[in-house]
Amino acid sequence: MCITCGCEPHHHDHHHHDHDHHHDSSAGGRIAIETDILSKNNRLAGGNRRLFADKGIFALNLVSSPGSGKTTILERTLRDLGSQMRTAVIEGDQQTDNDAQRIAATGVAVKQINTGAGCHLDAHMVGHALEELPVDDLDILFIENVGNLVCPAAFALGEAHKVAVLSVTEGEDKPLKYPQMFHAASVMLLNKIDLLPYLDFDVEKCLEMARRVSPGIRIFQLSARTGEGMADWYEWLKQKK
Amino acid sequence: MHELSIAQGIIEVCEQHAGGKRVKSVSVQIGALSGVVPEALEFCYEAAVNGTLLEGSMLEIERIGATAFCECCGAVAEIEHFTDSCPCCGGFPLEIRSGEEMRVKELEVD
Repeated sequence: MCITCGCEPHHHDHHHHDHDHHHDSSAGGRIAIETDILSKNNRLAGGNRRLFADKGIFALNLVSSPGSGKTTILERTLRDLGSQMRTAVIEGDQQTDNDAQRIAATGVAVKQINTGAGCHLDAHMVGHALEELPVDDLDILFIENVGNLVCPAAFALGEAHKVAVLSVTEGEDKPLKYPQMFHAASVMLLNKIDLLPYLDFDVEKCLEMARRVSPGIRIFQLSARTGEGMADWYEWLKQKK
Repeated sequence: MHELSIAQGIIEVCEQHAGGKRVKSVSVQIGALSGVVPEALEFCYEAAVNGTLLEGSMLEIERIGATAFCECCGAVAEIEHFTDSCPCCGGFPLEIRSGEEMRVKELEVD
């Protein structure tokens, strides 16, 4: 049995744990509980968070819609900062290890999680992925969540920040359309700004909407393709590591 | 459809507290800003309880309204969305005080 979460080896579905002791409940009737529905995920996220604190790892949870450029941002970041800090990546996708292969090509340690039908990463998946990463030799861990602006908002992974990636081809009102996610994010990367001359995207309006949903959100405008604006993002990472 | 994960979370919490007894009904509190759609949760719950102590049980969903503190005027007022401005003074930002809850409140066993 796994010590961290109590799961059986080779069965990481985790929704059917044996419960081999019996509580002393009364003969029928109502039982008051008052427990958070996601208490198990939150407990496991707390375990991940303690590990990050013990090992001095700065963990970021990258969330966005599919195609915003999360993996491209990571590829460039890892290549540019590789000599200055020790990094690793957890990749979340429903299927394929295509993204993990792209990350591996940069020379950085990576673990792919395939969620199958699942629409988000949870703390349990991340906890097990960490077993296969060099956590004793790490400054920053990037967790690239499943491309989805809805479900990953509710599931803490133990990260220091949720980083929402929004690309300018998506429309400036994404923060209003998906407020749950942008509210949960404390950092936003506005990506693909090299395409702005070809679009009607209103940057100021977008920033105002993001700040309205998440007051105090830290915003970086950048292009992972051209490298424009990446320096500020790197500077922030260096300060945090 | 993370409502399926939410339904499974409810089942886990209940099975821990049910003492092996069959669960007849579960009452949960879902905040208006929690991102959980009650209808979708009911649908997923019905499928997820099969083969558990909660099979055939009733799910009672209590909606918790959203309230927020306005940094401009100091009011705590009811809101509907994350993007609302203060209903008292029209200002923002607002600090969410309630509405993000996802809680199992009570269960009824045989």
